[in-house]
Amino acid sequence: MKDNGSVKRVIRKEDLTFLQKAYITEIAKGLRLTIGKIFQPKFTHNYPDEPWPFQPSFRGRPVLVEEDGIERCVACGLCSRVCPSLAIEVQASETELEKERYPIRFEINMIRCIFCGFCEEVCPEEAIVMSDEYLLAFYQSRDAIYGKDKLLMSTERLAKRLEFLRENR
Amino acid sequence: MVTITINGKQYQVDENQTILQAAVELGIEIPYFCWHPKLTVSGNCRMCLVEVEKMPKLVIGCMTKVADGMVVHTANDRVIEARQAIMEFLLINHPLDCPICDEAGECKLQDYAYNYSRGVSRFDETKVHKPKRVPLGPKVLFDAERCILCSRCIRFCEEVAGKPQLHFVQRGDHTTIETFPGEELDNPYSMNVIDICPVGALTSRDFRFRSRVWEMASTESICVGCARGCNTYLWTRNNEAMRLTPRINESVNSHWMCDYGRLETFKFVNEDIRLQEPMIKQDGKHIVVSWDQAIETAARRLKDFKPKEIAVIASPYTTNEDNYILQKFAREMTKAVSIDYPDHIKDGDEDDILIRADKTPNSTGLKLLGIRGDGKKTGIPEMMQAVKEKKIKCLIVMAEDVASDPAYEKVLSNAELLIVHTWSHNKTTALADIIFSASTYAEMHGTMTNFEGMVQQIKPAIITKGQNRALEGLNMSRWDKFGTQYDKWGRGPRRNARPGWEVFSQLANAMGGKFRYQSAEDVFREITEKIPAFKGLSYQSIGRLGAKAPVKEKIGV
Repeated sequence: MKDNGSVKRVIRKEDLTFLQKAYITEIAKGLRLTIGKIFQPKFTHNYPDEPWPFQPSFRGRPVLVEEDGIERCVACGLCSRVCPSLAIEVQASETELEKERYPIRFEINMIRCIFCGFCEEVCPEEAIVMSDEYLLAFYQSRDAIYGKDKLLMSTERLAKRLEFLRENR
Repeated sequence: MVTITINGKQYQVDENQTILQAAVELGIEIPYFCWHPKLTVSGNCRMCLVEVEKMPKLVIGCMTKVADGMVVHTANDRVIEARQAIMEFLLINHPLDCPICDEAGECKLQDYAYNYSRGVSRFDETKVHKPKRVPLGPKVLFDAERCILCSRCIRFCEEVAGKPQLHFVQRGDHTTIETFPGEELDNPYSMNVIDICPVGALTSRDFRFRSRVWEMASTESICVGCARGCNTYLWTRNNEAMRLTPRINESVNSHWMCDYGRLETFKFVNEDIRLQEPMIKQDGKHIVVSWDQAIETAARRLKDFKPKEIAVIASPYTTNEDNYILQKFAREMTKAVSIDYPDHIKDGDEDDILIRADKTPNSTGLKLLGIRGDGKKTGIPEMMQAVKEKKIKCLIVMAEDVASDPAYEKVLSNAELLIVHTWSHNKTTALADIIFSASTYAEMHGTMTNFEGMVQQIKPAIITKGQNRALEGLNMSRWDKFGTQYDKWGRGPRRNARPGWEVFSQLANAMGGKFRYQSAEDVFREITEKIPAFKGLSYQSIGRLGAKAPVKEKIGV
């Protein structure tokens, strides 16, 4: 008979000790490990009741930074240009404020967004950053288009991320 | 001719040229801000510095004439270093607000900063602050901080527009540009300063913040504002016309176009009053119908009229192709003898730069097609008189708002059948029995003949219902290319419109004719065969810059 190499012959250990043969001691050993682990700290997380603590480097959904009640964004359109999945649409308009220009419409299609963070990287005003929010589920595809109402997020809420960006510039 | 050496290669150039002119012609890149081929040389930006052997210092290419045996270096270390220094100087007080600036993307300073600057600034001090958002005139906004003081706009107003309205004030780094006291920048060519401004100091108030330049696609087109037919780029985004800019054509408009043409000749393409679908009148109301229904209804009702009872009004606002087919349809299918077109001449509203008193782009074309001028008295007033007396009972109107004249509005209601082919709701369509929704000049192929007999082409920049940008071969922006029908930017308005040649060919076929044209080019081919004034022309020979027919025909304008 030829051995084709894929068949393994299992050979039982012949030289088991008496205690091993008695079986019960092996069960006790196993239980010791199990019971011992019960009193050690847990690795599992009670998600979603307990939110996961994120590092500031985490890239959640992109948001617009809101400072003193207005967006920092000047609607330059660079995020829209750099977006590899064409998720961002910006329409600029004129404002009386010193920044001259603001987005009258700013929309991110969250179905298209791939969380690459290019928009954040290219933004000359640090106006669009990746937040720590990631819960995105929709019943209608049109609900996935986030306008300014859903995108604005205050600087206080984004403090950690903004600090991280400044440190790693 | 003299022989010069540029970067180690010998060239034969005209001895009256400057180094920069020669380099531009030879395709050797020398950067420049203040020099412009159509303006006098001022030599104040210093960007075109080149090294000429045996000259102690670097010289500016725009001001230095070539000489026999001259040896020029445009890219050696000395020149590169000098350019970097110039760029550093220019950027000292420049605000670097590219994210806000409308010029970004088509800015010379931005391009040169990438190509010729050091990339870093050593300037730690506070920048000089100057006024921003200054309205220089009704159409142009000025940002003094961005200005690099090249003086192109000043020279343009003086030399091309013939109205010196701008000048420098203050000294040193506080120098800025103002209009002369009590004046504003309001000459009819004022918006050309926006195009020639190498930075974003002068921007359009009309186009301000409407779109970034890289979001748009540009299509070569013709301005339909007057008989000059200036060559233009029509910029579109999301199937909407956004702006017009002049396109260089030395034999028509050089580098310029007038403000009227730039602002007033493309907005009607986007307007809400555009006809969306063909319509017919039923019980005093207009109802939307399909093209087949509209054409079939028109064909059926036209058969009730004798040739004498039918009048046809052509239009110098549309193409040669449309008018030729309309004329052919009128002569062959309806046998109508009354065919003419209204003139739109604003006496006195012309100058010797570009603007013409004739406010239509194609009246010469219509004359050459022979729509008017076989000696018969069939002018618009006579036509209207006949409609009033009920001698003419049926009117076919293309692209003209005949009822905008209040005297004619009453007369037109006498007509038993009024067929209108136009692009927007107006007083004539309100009276019409059958309305064909027409493609505008931005949505079709065709040719127009300007007042000098130059036949020029228009191409579609905007698609109509059922069309696809890629399949129609239209120019596309990144958004056009990669967007899907589910994205907003792919969902711009689309009208169910067709050009005149197509509609009247189909109408002729519905009445038993044999009008076999697949495209506007087919129609033009027939025009060149039948009409001597167009002999020898083709879409290929017209190209992007237009062409005159080889046969010299007498053109009376």
